Amino acid sequence: MTEPTAQIQAGGPSRNVFRRLGPILLFCFTAVLAVLTVSPLLWMICASLKPGDETFSPNMLPQHWTLENFQYVFTASPFWRYMLNSFFVAGTITVIALWFHSMAGFALARLKFPGRELIFLIIFSTFLVSLPVIIVPLFILVRQMGMVNSYAGLIIPAIFNAFGIFLLRQFYIAIPQELQEAAVIDGASYFRIYWSVMLPLSRPILAALAVFFFLANWNAFIWPLTITNDRNLWVVQIAIASFHQQYSSSWNYIMAGSAIVALPTLLLFFIFQRQLVESIKTSGLK
Amino acid sequence: MRTSLDAPSKVEKRPAMGRSGPRLKRSQREALAAYLFILPDALGLAIFVALPMLFSLSLGFFSVNGFGGFRFVGLANYQRMLIDPLFRQSLWVTFVYVLVLVPALYVTGLGLALLVNRPMPFVGVFRSMFFVPNVVSLVVVALTWQVMLVDKVGFINRLFEFFGLSGYSWLGDPNITLYSILFVTVWFLMGYYMIIFLSGLQEIPREYYDAARIDGAGPAATFFQITLPLLRPTSFFVLLVSLVSAVAGSQAFDLIYIMTRGGPANSTSLVIFYIYQQAFQFNNYGYAAAMASFLVLILLIVTFILFAVTKGGRFHFT
Repeated sequence: MTEPTAQIQAGGPSRNVFRRLGPILLFCFTAVLAVLTVSPLLWMICASLKPGDETFSPNMLPQHWTLENFQYVFTASPFWRYMLNSFFVAGTITVIALWFHSMAGFALARLKFPGRELIFLIIFSTFLVSLPVIIVPLFILVRQMGMVNSYAGLIIPAIFNAFGIFLLRQFYIAIPQELQEAAVIDGASYFRIYWSVMLPLSRPILAALAVFFFLANWNAFIWPLTITNDRNLWVVQIAIASFHQQYSSSWNYIMAGSAIVALPTLLLFFIFQRQLVESIKTSGLK
Repeated sequence: MRTSLDAPSKVEKRPAMGRSGPRLKRSQREALAAYLFILPDALGLAIFVALPMLFSLSLGFFSVNGFGGFRFVGLANYQRMLIDPLFRQSLWVTFVYVLVLVPALYVTGLGLALLVNRPMPFVGVFRSMFFVPNVVSLVVVALTWQVMLVDKVGFINRLFEFFGLSGYSWLGDPNITLYSILFVTVWFLMGYYMIIFLSGLQEIPREYYDAARIDGAGPAATFFQITLPLLRPTSFFVLLVSLVSAVAGSQAFDLIYIMTRGGPANSTSLVIFYIYQQAFQFNNYGYAAAMASFLVLILLIVTFILFAVTKGGRFHFT
């Protein structure tokens, strides 16, 4: 897997044969690897469509297709409620985060003020602080603020991360200075420049980040697990993790729950994969 | 005249300033506007990231009960860390986990990137297929793999049976389980690093490769003398990010929490998981914070070494 390129096109007496066969072999190798990579996800979807006694049959495809597992998930638990919670929480975080980060990114990229480099450096350094490291003090802090078991507790601490600020700053730096100057000459306020010049220009990257934030927060597990135990506030990830504890042997139901939870993320990925990939690329040293 | 101040004041109410306020110089208005633009995020980051970070350093010196009562206990939590065999065990597990995961992600990420960096039919589809595990939630990943890794009748054991190998207990044998978890982790993360490497590869100017071909360099020579050296900034980024996420990334917690709960026989008890257990299962918040600050210290040292060795990640193409 490491570097098939080097082996396949290596020189030697049979070089000509490899010249012709090389690309074909490489194609086959890549294709097989790609299919193997997605097979666990396909397996999960197939298992969710099988009756319980078929979960561990050696066939990947169901012998008797059934939607019974999905019906069970929605009747045995208020799964709609969990999905609504997830949509609401992830959606709210995304909107507020985009708004705050675009303002901060704009200021850091386009406005001159004392301490700009220092502030940017401090913000950037929080990049390395991951949630699991600060989860204990964060929990205690948020508990003191009375936000345990509330939407505020689920949403507010999840809004702030340096990644979005950094990406937007990089984007705004690249916008030609003339556009801003023209607006300044017209007497536009800085908020107007941000709102009417910068925001419309940054629609593509905002879309990419929106997908990114929504996915990350729809998929988030450790924070919702820590901050909520009220079932009415459960998000989908907590719900399927608890299925796992409740029906530990009924894997068909657990796979159905997993398929429902994975579906929105897969759809988002297929629709917005270019934007998503672009935002990941930008995060790598640019 | 409209000033910069009336608009951002929608965010932060500052009625005294604005049109009626004293006239400010343009540079002052600009600075004030900038601070107001940054304020919401700066406040949020200060309260929900920086404060917990500082808080965790001092929390280690306290004993905290379930109702938020604090009692100063000096170095007791740190002393406990030194004699706690489970903590030592979790440090060892983390060490092995990092030592395997970081190189594995480098090799798979770069390998996949090289594979899909050339024109071939369906190359875009293949890229998406390698990346797609990364968009699924870790809970779903953990649950799916747990079913597939079930003893005897699980999909993976059926597959091994087909090749005449059987009887592995992927999540039950203390000698294997950590590696099963590592395999799932690589499967989940490799697509992300593939994309990072792909963008690094695409930034290498074509002329270098053309020149190498004219000089008669083979693929191996080209790879080691052009691709790898020119990929250094990307490599640095990948090493740094994969290292931090190996020690304290959410995948380290989520997969363990669902799949093994640190078992069997504590063989998958990563520090990050042990800290969580101590805090939220046994209510030892102070002790958990002490261990967390120790982890941060290690992370800082390793990051510092990485920066020093690579001279700040700044490489000059030679």
